[in-house]
Amino acid sequence: MTRLEKKERFTSGHRACGGCGLALGARLAMKAVDDNSIATCATGCLEVTSSPYPQSSWKIPWLHSLFENSAAVAGGVEAALRAKGKQDINVVAQGGDGGTVDIGMRSLSGMLERGHDVAYICYDNEAYMNTGIQRSGSTPMNASTTTSPAGEESFGNENRKKNALKIAAAHNIPYVASASVAYPDDLIEKVKKANEINGPTYVQIHTPCPTGWGHEGDITVKLARLAVETGLWVLYEREEGEIKDVKKIKDRKPVEEYLKPQKRFKHLFKKEGGEERIQEIQEIADSNAEKFHLDEE
Amino acid sequence: MPNFASIAKPGTTENYKTGSWRVYVPVLDKDKCIGCERCWEFCPDSSKIEEEYEGDTIFRTDLDYCKGCGICAEECPVDALEMELEEK
Ligand SMILES: Cc1ncc(C[n+]2csc(CCOP(=O)(O)OP(=O)(O)O)c2C)c(N)n1
Ligand code: SF4
Ligand code: SF4
Ligand code: SF4
Ligand SMILES: [Mg+2]
Repeated sequence: MTRLEKKERFTSGHRACGGCGLALGARLAMKAVDDNSIATCATGCLEVTSSPYPQSSWKIPWLHSLFENSAAVAGGVEAALRAKGKQDINVVAQGGDGGTVDIGMRSLSGMLERGHDVAYICYDNEAYMNTGIQRSGSTPMNASTTTSPAGEESFGNENRKKNALKIAAAHNIPYVASASVAYPDDLIEKVKKANEINGPTYVQIHTPCPTGWGHEGDITVKLARLAVETGLWVLYEREEGEIKDVKKIKDRKPVEEYLKPQKRFKHLFKKEGGEERIQEIQEIADSNAEKFHLDEE
Repeated sequence: MPNFASIAKPGTTENYKTGSWRVYVPVLDKDKCIGCERCWEFCPDSSKIEEEYEGDTIFRTDLDYCKGCGICAEECPVDALEMELEEK
């Protein structure tokens, strides 16, 4: 008997790269929904790798929306089920970070505003991976992508990562949470909660991408863990507006440990001025630690 | 009305064996394995199968789908897995 639910609702044979954090995230998230669920999925790596027609990796009813409207389609599904009196069916909307925090933001905002009983899951691999690693609003500062390339002058992406968790929370929805593929129990518990709570909920899962971040596939989970252990990705829940259950960190690690194995940050360790940029990233971690009282004595 | 929807049967990517992508293969030392299931939890390709070995639970690799990413070997707490270049 496995400790986590044995049943796979996102099954093997999908075409994601070896060591894909997104595929792991989806597999774990699908352990948190029951068979009586319907999922939507925005265009992106998850959709492309799991639905090579005429095949599908999904074992629950699943709809591919467009890139920009996973939340709207899910809201429509939920409204239709409500009209038919079938409220026992859970609706889960899924999208990548681009499909959520950029092009899908309007559709997500509308769904949250209208109060649909939908659990929205954002798989955050911090760029538009499926189309060749273009920067998104969720790309961290100083990361090199194909549209924010590091070069002689540039240190990569100039902007700070957009705080989509806070944007979701600003809709006064009952539940918002961050999760990571390095913490499967926590991830499953959060997606379960998001499903059980009546009304719109939002969970953002940090999912390393070996292809886009430039690291070996074997350290996907290790990197996801380092993002948490450095304070760059904070695990917490926000219930009815209140921040709860912050994952405390003992001996917070310096951000270099997280940055160094990734090619998207390679220039920071080579180029003159890189040290200051690393310091900038360290300051983001430090300010997270302060805001969330991360450090455990 | 034209039909714009393409409908696929559930779970049918299982017909496609991603094991053919593999370069390195995880090799398990069954005597070292403590059956903790971590490798199973972290496999993005659902490629670990629980089985019994001398009365204990172990997790072996499903070579039909394992892509050889090495997460399992990296995450095994007792180093029961070793990634080896696969001879084909
Ligand atoms: C309106 C529209 N614009 C652009 C595209 C092309 N497109 C498909 S997937 C994608 C990027 C997806 O990025 P993200 O949502 O972060 O998912 P990922 O592939 O990284 O998991 C883009 C730009 C599209 N399908 N539709
Ligand atoms: S590009 Fe990244 S997110 Fe997309 S399938 Fe490959 S590893 Fe996964
Ligand atoms: S992680 Fe290691 S010890 Fe645990 S079940 Fe897998 S092979 Fe065995
Ligand atoms: S090498 Fe990767 S795909 Fe193969 S069993 Fe281990 S974790 Fe799964
Ligand atoms: Mg993305």
